[in-house]
Amino acid sequence: MNAESTLLALLVLPLLAAVLSLLVGRRWLGWLGMLVALLLVVLAVRFALQVAAGGAVAVAIGGWAPPLGIALRADGLSAFMLLVQSVVGLGVHAYALAYFAPARRAFWAAGWLLWGACHALYLSGDVFNLYVTLELVGLGAVALVVLGGSGTVAAALRYLLLALVGSMLYLLGVVVLYLEHGNLDLQALGTLVQPGLASSVAAATMTLGLLLKAAVFPLHVWLPPAHAAAPAPVSALLSALVVKAALYLVVRLWTGLFGELPAAGVALSLLAGLGAAALFWGGVQALLQTRLKPMIAYSTVAQIGLLALVLPLLQGGAVAWNGLMLLVAAHALAKSALFLCAGVVQRQYGHDRIAGLGGVGMQLPLTATAYFVAAVSLVGLPPTMGFFGKYLLLEAAIAQSRPMIAAALVLGSLLTAAYLLRPLALGFTEAATRQAPRTAGLGLQLPGLLLALAALLALLVGAGTPLWRLLAVGMPA
Amino acid sequence: MSLALLYGLVGVGLVAMGLYAALAARHLLRRLLGFNVLGAGVFMLFIAHATRAVDAAGRPDPVPHALVITGIVVAVSATALALALLRRLHARHGRPTLPEDREG
Repeated sequence: MNAESTLLALLVLPLLAAVLSLLVGRRWLGWLGMLVALLLVVLAVRFALQVAAGGAVAVAIGGWAPPLGIALRADGLSAFMLLVQSVVGLGVHAYALAYFAPARRAFWAAGWLLWGACHALYLSGDVFNLYVTLELVGLGAVALVVLGGSGTVAAALRYLLLALVGSMLYLLGVVVLYLEHGNLDLQALGTLVQPGLASSVAAATMTLGLLLKAAVFPLHVWLPPAHAAAPAPVSALLSALVVKAALYLVVRLWTGLFGELPAAGVALSLLAGLGAAALFWGGVQALLQTRLKPMIAYSTVAQIGLLALVLPLLQGGAVAWNGLMLLVAAHALAKSALFLCAGVVQRQYGHDRIAGLGGVGMQLPLTATAYFVAAVSLVGLPPTMGFFGKYLLLEAAIAQSRPMIAAALVLGSLLTAAYLLRPLALGFTEAATRQAPRTAGLGLQLPGLLLALAALLALLVGAGTPLWRLLAVGMPA
Repeated sequence: MSLALLYGLVGVGLVAMGLYAALAARHLLRRLLGFNVLGAGVFMLFIAHATRAVDAAGRPDPVPHALVITGIVVAVSATALALALLRRLHARHGRPTLPEDREG
């Protein structure tokens, strides 16, 4: 199987699973899901190895080359995002197997649509096709939020309406680019874009639309209610993967398409400023929450801010690039694990009030361990993936003499520790307020633990030189 | 003023009006309609360009047409989902607004 076929399989398989999920009998839904998810992880690993060895891959569907056809393209960044998507997706889908029992067809169908849309987004090399995939990701995500019941409809509608405006703003930028250059291919546009009114308008509207979808402060208001109200596996998918898809596009645009514009430095610094504000606002709000899931949702606002904060460092080369990617993966793994833990707690105790978490460490040792490892990785303590990501970014910030970014990075991590460790301290030091009425099964507890541990194990097997070789493919100079 | 420019300016006006309604309105149906007006403006801008970019045989540029049709399909599906959710919200709360936009 050559790299081109692997790419097509990664694109088609989840969409096929979405259709099949509507057709097969209810008791086969979960097995079908696990089979396809495992297959996708294998394919994503294989694809990453192929890209690392053979360089970027491009496929012209049906033999129609751009500008008329739609270009599918994958470089190291795409392959890496596919890998993160597949590993987190596998963990969350395994959890959903135990969480939604009996199986809910809507979860599997919409979940597969979302997974396929994310793959399509990471593989598209065409700004209009990216709009379509962005919209598909949004529709899949909203459909999943509503699975939480009629109490989540308001959160879902707020999310949907803002997401629609965000992608329409992005499309406005695409239209402006086409009016100016008569081309939609991301790579071709990179060589065509010139400083001027058109490129400024396009850059501004596209970025604004994406910031709305990525929930970068102060455009984050829709995120905490939607992510907190959704069922736990859905929250995990949304917080770990969906916001990253929009952020991935911001990185793509500002390192490729608009990276050469004279205003790029100012724009990236502005994004960093918003990121720093998000880091502190999200952190303080997370500290103030009295329930676990809203706290984790506000933590996503803060961590997205952290990722935006370090964007200016990308202009300085490979160290920051590698660091950012490690941090993206670390956040995806840790955040999904945290939401899965919150789901277990909610199942076990019937609530997720932080004050009522006394004795969790004794009653749910596996879940408490998973929470602990994920929290440590998110804070950035060694030897987790989060630590290495932050270490590289700190090194880049100091090397590029950006003391403000370095300071915000460190202070933000302290704040992260403050809100994430509070429930844990309660869970281990306080005595249980009452006996747990039910016991959560291994099927519910293991996926979160494995995702949290993946942040440790990934460094043993893949990180370091092989990962740097993959990320170097197509890295902007 | 050429016809293409007129269409383009109307498109820009629709974008501004739609964006305002989609973000500022309280009634969710108004916000949804605002999104649709915003979309119509973007599509109009795109189509206006097609009439300007004619080839030697006098044929307009086909790419914007293809893309606008795709865009309309996407917008219609999104509107359908939003309407379905809006009906559910109305059935539950009896009001077509988000909790933060309700008075009293």
